[in-house]
Amino acid sequence: MGFFPHLLLAILEGTVAAAVLALSALGLALVFGVMRVVNVAHGEFFMLGAMLAWWVAKSVPGGPAAGFLAALIIAPLAVGALAFVTERLLLRRINYDPEATIVATIGLMFVIQQLALTVFGADAKAVSAPFTYRIALPWFGFSGYKLFVVVASVFILLAVWWVLARTKWGLVMRVTQFDRETATAFGIPVNRVYSAVFVAGAALVAVAAVLIVPIQQAHYLMGLDPLLMSFIVVIIGGLGSIKGSVIAAVIIGMADGIISMFFSPTLASIIATLAVALVLVFRPQGLFGVATR
Amino acid sequence: MSKQKLIVPDKKLVSRRSALKLGGAGAAAALMGPGFVRYAQAQSSEPIRIGFQVHKTGIGAAYGKWYGQTTDAAVKLINEAGGISGRPIEIIAEDDATDPGRGAEVVEKFATQHKCDVAFGTLFSHVVMGSAPRAGELKIPYFVVSEGHHVASGKLNRYTFQPGITDVRSQVISMAPWIAKNLGKKVAMIFPDFAFGYDHRDYFSAAIKAQGGEVNALIPIPPTETSFSRYFPQIPADTEVIYHVMVGPAVLTFVKELGEYYGSNHPPLFGFIDSLEAVSLKSPGLEFLEGSYFWEAYPRYAGAKPTDADTFYRGKVGVDQYGASVSDPNDVSTYSHMFGCWETLYIIKQAMEAAGYTSTADRAKLIEAVEAITTIPEGNEHPQGDKVFNGKIHQVFGHQNITQVKNGVGELVYRTTIEEGMYEPEDDYSKMAL
Amino acid sequence: MTARILLLHGAVIVALFLAQYVASDYAVLTLTRIMVLAVYALGYNILFGYAGLLSLGHAMFFATGLYAAALGVTRLGMAVPEAFLFAAVCGVIVSFVTGLIVLRASGVAFMIVTLMFSQAAFLTVLYFGDITRGDEGIVIKDDQRVFPVFGHAVNLADLLVRYNIALAFLALAMFLCLAVVRSRIGHVLVAIRENENRTAMLGYDVKRYKLIAFVLSGSFAALAGASYALLFAYAGSTLASIQYSIHPLLWTLLGGAATVLGPVLGTALMFLLVDFASGFTSASLLFVGVVLILLVLFFPKGILGTIRQRWLRWLP
Repeated sequence: MGFFPHLLLAILEGTVAAAVLALSALGLALVFGVMRVVNVAHGEFFMLGAMLAWWVAKSVPGGPAAGFLAALIIAPLAVGALAFVTERLLLRRINYDPEATIVATIGLMFVIQQLALTVFGADAKAVSAPFTYRIALPWFGFSGYKLFVVVASVFILLAVWWVLARTKWGLVMRVTQFDRETATAFGIPVNRVYSAVFVAGAALVAVAAVLIVPIQQAHYLMGLDPLLMSFIVVIIGGLGSIKGSVIAAVIIGMADGIISMFFSPTLASIIATLAVALVLVFRPQGLFGVATR
Repeated sequence: MSKQKLIVPDKKLVSRRSALKLGGAGAAAALMGPGFVRYAQAQSSEPIRIGFQVHKTGIGAAYGKWYGQTTDAAVKLINEAGGISGRPIEIIAEDDATDPGRGAEVVEKFATQHKCDVAFGTLFSHVVMGSAPRAGELKIPYFVVSEGHHVASGKLNRYTFQPGITDVRSQVISMAPWIAKNLGKKVAMIFPDFAFGYDHRDYFSAAIKAQGGEVNALIPIPPTETSFSRYFPQIPADTEVIYHVMVGPAVLTFVKELGEYYGSNHPPLFGFIDSLEAVSLKSPGLEFLEGSYFWEAYPRYAGAKPTDADTFYRGKVGVDQYGASVSDPNDVSTYSHMFGCWETLYIIKQAMEAAGYTSTADRAKLIEAVEAITTIPEGNEHPQGDKVFNGKIHQVFGHQNITQVKNGVGELVYRTTIEEGMYEPEDDYSKMAL
Repeated sequence: MTARILLLHGAVIVALFLAQYVASDYAVLTLTRIMVLAVYALGYNILFGYAGLLSLGHAMFFATGLYAAALGVTRLGMAVPEAFLFAAVCGVIVSFVTGLIVLRASGVAFMIVTLMFSQAAFLTVLYFGDITRGDEGIVIKDDQRVFPVFGHAVNLADLLVRYNIALAFLALAMFLCLAVVRSRIGHVLVAIRENENRTAMLGYDVKRYKLIAFVLSGSFAALAGASYALLFAYAGSTLASIQYSIHPLLWTLLGGAATVLGPVLGTALMFLLVDFASGFTSASLLFVGVVLILLVLFFPKGILGTIRQRWLRWLP
């Protein structure tokens, strides 16, 4: 294939990768940014969203589109409920202590993984996209649904941005993130905000999973990759900055797509990983990090 | 200011050292000795204890489930027929989480804690590599059901055998003649960038060259890859056959994306059913596989005229003519691998009876008895087909099958001879001391 | 160092030594494994418990020792003691160089940077698969594990030989750890953990102390890796993966971070738990997960940490 078609494929792939990254990381950016807790079970919330998408599609009559829409409603509700219980029974009781949260959520990760294995089984499960449309370019075909995911992710990102920047809830969240103590002094129920943020983060990642799983497949061990990638995106982008996470997702997605197309993928991964590390070494607050008081 | 220790305040409290020591000693004691009450089992000399190392969790879990089901069926049958030399088999199953470290621990447990006569069942190559050395050290006969080339390569030890399933080298080289004759001679290979993939890369490249063909593109894919479209441009335009052996849950994505990339205008595909074990060929997104070819060790579709042995085997294990569970047609089995458990158990029985095995003191005799096995006839005990065992490299050789996907079902197209998969032995375990 | 501290730690070693005479074969084998991995956890604890730096990438040091020893014996024709020293030197160098770069980050960034470096190391192991044999790994043959010591042939395939070597290591590591922790270095590390800025203001070269802790920690990990390869005859890329970075964190937290015996206890307990659980359920990880959650809710300082807080204030 010629150079330009090759590059075009790389750019398309990179864009999809960036969208997937941004979607998966969004929930984490919110939780990490506002609450400063490392939720190691974030990937498992993603996995649950994917599994539920499969299960709903299987159980709901009317074809993949109906299953997809139903899953878009059911998965975030279910995963959000789980997040609510986790926050109430676990995180609040350990007072959001960073180390304790890591251990607790590692434990949660194991629990969710094993339960998923027991309930859903060990095989990979394919989920049909709500529609299949192959865009036939002269040199290669491309999935129309993947581009739909890109559009959907832009939409969701804008929606989240709008809520954060233009609504009262968003203001409350940003204030809590900026200075917890002052927020309390102003009468903001910080604990309830934390609860809401954690649930919202989980619901967002479930929605991301429902959108993404038709491109991939559901498997009980699939949570590790989104977890790692989400963390990288959020930290590089800078804590507390959704904009930063999005930009980091775009950079990483595009770079990954383009570099690995022209170099050995393992080598490209090594370079990318070290590059990420070095960014953090020299700019620990990330690209757009917002310091808290 | 008095000297303050930063770590602990310098206070003298009532010494609880004894409590801590008791606790420490208690913990230590709990670890050792005759063990937990739970572990203490009545040491009966009656049953033959076979340790079953199974991937109940981890990346191999889908296989582990079916290995368990097949093992249970075989053991039930053997025990109903009187067991081994009149003694029933007792299976002790332990999960190794598809992890080499844990696998080694499980082997230790079989040999020392559970006092098993032999151990068997490991599938994933890296787990075999991590576990087999321990079996050699602890001198417990270890029968793997792995299809890896590790046993035959001479890298392991005289206690490790693979008598129930053929190895990847044999599988790969036996495919080359048919591919060169029927599909094409310019082959693009897509394989995972780790040991299993390298075996395919190395052995197939040599084999297709021997057929006058060539590999015109080698495309290694990192095992953790989730998106494959970026690799497809590396497939040259004049490729005559695309040879793919992707493994892992991402295979579904791989096939989907291959379909999206190529549309209907694509070179013939030749894949290995390893990619799709436990996955239905009718899964959404796999429509692209229609008309493509697969290697299968044991075709999951029984076909129009199955052998009696095949029908018998399916009935006992609980799979239907499509290789799916009789209780759930969507639950597809790992048909090309699990027969290895069934056949291995029968080999263990055969060898134990030939050696006059009575206790672990007879392990050396058992090893020699296995090494003495040469031809293995097809039948209820070996439903996959007749086989030839090479006692020097502890590896069995058998027939391989090529199927073509028609209407979501793999129809048999060609069955290789055993000779087509033979290769020169690289080592000789039987010369090693026991 | 006070007498009772020495006595306590000495008693643990003596108890472990005596154990080999009464324990079943299986227990001896399991304990050998536990002891080797406890050295890993001890090293991790120096950085995490005492210096307060949470690394998510220690598997790279474990892997450095693992592969240095395995490749040394199988490819470079070294004898076991040489390979071990080689691995130790590699461990020190790798942790020193990594530390120089990585310690410039702190807090959450430090966590991710160590994770990334470890991931890069893991990928490098796979990239040089021709040498390392990737995930399939390297098997060390029996004849490569025999070496002479003062005229006697020591065979690492022997159960008790292995046990005692592992025990010797554990004893060494434990007392070294104790020495560091009770020394000036240890106190400064704790000060850095509690309030880095203040410690710097007091005139201590914080960077230097952190680097010392990092190198010590990484070297312990490398030594543990080398022992693992030599004693259990296997080195594979799974041992360089993320789980093996999380393990020492878990073991340390379970047993009690910032205590010397904590990591040892934690390692032993985790093995016990998994072993116990896998006896009656295939979902042993579920059991482990539940235990971790309960631990965090009720024993946040780990077992020995809680014991120290409530009863035994003098525990180092």
